[in-house]
Amino acid sequence: MPADEVIDRRKHVPVREQEPSERVGNFDEVSYGYNEEEAMKEAKRCLNCKTPLCIDGCPVGVDIPKFVTEIAKGEFDEAIKTIKDKNNLPAICGRVCPQESQCEKLCTLGMKWKPLFIGKLERFAADHEKSDVKPELPEWNGKKVAVVGSGPAGLTAAADLAKMGYKVVIFEALHTPGGVLIYGIPEFRLPKSIVEKEVEYVKSLGVEIRLNEIVGRTITIDEMFGQGFSAVFIGSGAGLPSFMRIPGENLNGVYSANEYLTRVNLMKAYQFPEFDTPVKKSKNIAVIGGGNVAMDAARTAKRMGADHVYLIYRRGEEEMPARREETEHAKEEGIEFKLLMNPTRIIGDDNGWVKGIECIHMRLCEPDESGRCRPEPVQGSEEILDVDTVVVAIGTSPNPLIVKTTPGLETSKDGTLVVDGYTFMTSREGVFAGGDIVSGAATVISAMGQAKEAAVAIDEYIKSKE
Amino acid sequence: MYRIISKTELAEYTVQFDIEAPEVAKKARPGQFVVVRIDEKGERIPLTIADTDTGKGTVTIVVQSVGKTTGQLCSMEAGGTIRDFAGPLGNPTEMVENSTVVCIGGGLGIAPVYPIAKELKSRGNRVLSIMGARSEPFLFWEDRMRKASDEVYIATDDGSKGKKGFVTDALLDIINSGVKVDRVIAIGPTIMMKNVAKTTKPYNIKTIVSLNPIMVDGTGMCGSCRVTVGGKMKFSCVDGPEFDGHEVDFDELMARQKFYRTEEKDAMDKYTHEGGECKCLPTRS
Ligand SMILES: Cc1cc2nc3c(=O)[nH]c(=O)nc-3n(C[C@H](O)[C@H](O)[C@H](O)COP(=O)(O)OP(=O)(O)OC[C@H]3O[C@@H](n4cnc5c(N)ncnc54)[C@H](O)[C@@H]3O)c2cc1C
Ligand SMILES: Cc1cc2nc3c(=O)[nH]c(=O)nc-3n(C[C@H](O)[C@H](O)[C@H](O)COP(=O)(O)OP(=O)(O)OC[C@H]3O[C@@H](n4cnc5c(N)ncnc54)[C@H](O)[C@@H]3O)c2cc1C
Ligand code: SF4
Ligand code: SF4
Ligand code: FES
Ligand SMILES: [Mg+2]
Repeated sequence: MPADEVIDRRKHVPVREQEPSERVGNFDEVSYGYNEEEAMKEAKRCLNCKTPLCIDGCPVGVDIPKFVTEIAKGEFDEAIKTIKDKNNLPAICGRVCPQESQCEKLCTLGMKWKPLFIGKLERFAADHEKSDVKPELPEWNGKKVAVVGSGPAGLTAAADLAKMGYKVVIFEALHTPGGVLIYGIPEFRLPKSIVEKEVEYVKSLGVEIRLNEIVGRTITIDEMFGQGFSAVFIGSGAGLPSFMRIPGENLNGVYSANEYLTRVNLMKAYQFPEFDTPVKKSKNIAVIGGGNVAMDAARTAKRMGADHVYLIYRRGEEEMPARREETEHAKEEGIEFKLLMNPTRIIGDDNGWVKGIECIHMRLCEPDESGRCRPEPVQGSEEILDVDTVVVAIGTSPNPLIVKTTPGLETSKDGTLVVDGYTFMTSREGVFAGGDIVSGAATVISAMGQAKEAAVAIDEYIKSKE
Repeated sequence: MYRIISKTELAEYTVQFDIEAPEVAKKARPGQFVVVRIDEKGERIPLTIADTDTGKGTVTIVVQSVGKTTGQLCSMEAGGTIRDFAGPLGNPTEMVENSTVVCIGGGLGIAPVYPIAKELKSRGNRVLSIMGARSEPFLFWEDRMRKASDEVYIATDDGSKGKKGFVTDALLDIINSGVKVDRVIAIGPTIMMKNVAKTTKPYNIKTIVSLNPIMVDGTGMCGSCRVTVGGKMKFSCVDGPEFDGHEVDFDELMARQKFYRTEEKDAMDKYTHEGGECKCLPTRS
């Protein structure tokens, strides 16, 4: 470091982004990320705390000060090794982790100034990686583990178990691995090439991925044990979309967010008719919900050319569960927030097509058990918005298929799998689970955190049986 | 990649393929389907499993060329490969014993109803089958249906084969002849299934129909396939595809099947414009 270089710890190095007016016309990534110079400059803000609280905020325990210091010194290959020691999917986490409520939330710098941009640095290290840094693999220990689903939970459990010497086979229902990372989160936020690269890394550890195999249909969990798998990890996510149960939801023009995003992302409907899967090009569209999923659907609709994209949410902006960065990006892109409004019915024309949505205004009252304000309708305040498309993004729940076809799997009342808090073993011996199937719709990194703990427990379980 | 082992032209616009897919073949039960994606740019479409050969590890599908994807599929030859072939999906047909069951296959519906009739007969039920089509060149698998049934009735709209009229006319003939029918299973165009359900309703005969809404994943993830049955929202791919015909909102289903009419036409135009060969069934309601 040049002796005369002054480090200003108060401000973070800003991240370059595509201009809003330009980016609403394409599906390219919004954020460009740091270059070497910017990354080193930002990394130097780190205080290298004796008690690095940031690590406590990371569900997988990445050694943040270590990798940040390595970036500061220009030792980029070292930095990515440090990260990958704990996190198998850094290019993804650096992009989609809700850092502001995790690692960055606890960063000491943030007490007085802006926290260190840990996520952006993690993304830099991952993107910078030239030749894939691959850990040395132990000899095969003779045991096989089956993993259900190739989302972040499944990929993480598989990678960790492979690193311990297991032969791992992932069974994935869809034709592309990645789970929500590939079918849900849009290209402009998480380029599919990044997901592919991380999947290739997991495969390079010797993990086999069998696509188009639906567990419960193509093969059951009981059959897996019959085929010599010593344990099974279920990472099947929470992919069953909820609807509002209001009149008009089956009209043409009404989508679940999962369907809308799957058509556009996984099936590449934004390139129709070059790709065969169609999606409606809407003029005016209403997206219902206030989470990341709603933001993604709204911003996708804008890129598909909609004139007006309304985001209808029944609470206020403060209460929105979406990441701050996403709501800011959405506003910059011209998404029209309709806050404190709740849909009451979808109105159709004579041919069964959506022509409007009726909403009622809401008022916030006493905070409920979740600490958020419970909204109440304001009598007689109904209003109709002219829209031709409605996307419902009010949540998802676990798909019951695996439970239906696996005797002895205990579930909670919302359909999630009940697991032991330490080992992540389900009520069936040798069957473990983690990610959204256990916690309900949550985050990429929490799915990975659970999968990591489950992988350790699976190893202990299999060894204890020898 | 899934290899096309053989191809047989069965009838007008209708092609049978035997596809190498041993995992699917092993698990398939009557009433289930697969989701197929032809190539990297393809869409996912559901097709019913019409038969299996576990020895050879093949699954039989029968495809009717009605648009871009089915048109492209029908132009493929033995030796070619299909990119994705996922299944078996959906719930197997509910089986009964000691019953008299009328199995109705309308047009292409003959293919999916065949494995059901076969299984019902092998369990000792009395199977009366009705095969219907607009005219003789659209009929296929009469030999198979005869083997899978105790009796076969044929109805064509123009009377070119069997009795002139609709499958519902043949059904009424059976009912009126005094046969005690325990159950009807009807697969075919939505309007046909609706009419069959309407026909059996006054007689209180349990009627099962196999719904064909627009699907994407086929695993319960998107909700595209939602239908209203008994006033409740159901996802056909995981809750069905077979439902009680007296409970289904057919009009809603028929409206939803038209969701992408404009885009489907554009896809077809582009395909033929680029030299894609598609002799598609010239019917669009
Ligand atoms: C649109 C959207 C945006 C999001 N944005 C963010 C974000 O910015 N940040 C963040 O942290 N989180 C975000 N999330 C949440 C995050 O993606 C999930 O919490 C995370 O993907 C859960 O991981 P998982 O591995 O448990 O499940 P999933 O990612 O859902 O993966 C499950 C996999 O299992 C497969 N599967 C299911 N059933 C079977 C079966 N029977 N047989 C075989 N395979 C099966 C599925 O096809 C899927 O591939 C978002 C979610 C959505 C939908
Ligand atoms: C459970 C089920 C089983 C089926 N089994 C068979 C079968 O064994 N043989 C067969 O030939 N056909 C079957 N179909 C219908 C078949 O999936 C459609 O004919 C096919 O998807 C049309 O695609 P296309 O691109 O050729 O035509 P398009 O021009 O795109 O569409 C023609 C019509 O087919 C329907 N359709 C379009 N896309 C889909 C889709 N993704 N899913 C369902 N329907 C769609 C729509 O109603 C549309 O108007 C089945 C459908 C379902 C739901
Ligand atoms: S994995 Fe997520 S929470 Fe952990 S350090 Fe990286 S960005 Fe922060
Ligand atoms: S808390 Fe912040 S400043 Fe301290 S080590 Fe972690 S990242 Fe650096
Ligand atoms: S096809 Fe997606 S839920 Fe049925
Ligand atoms: Mg099509």
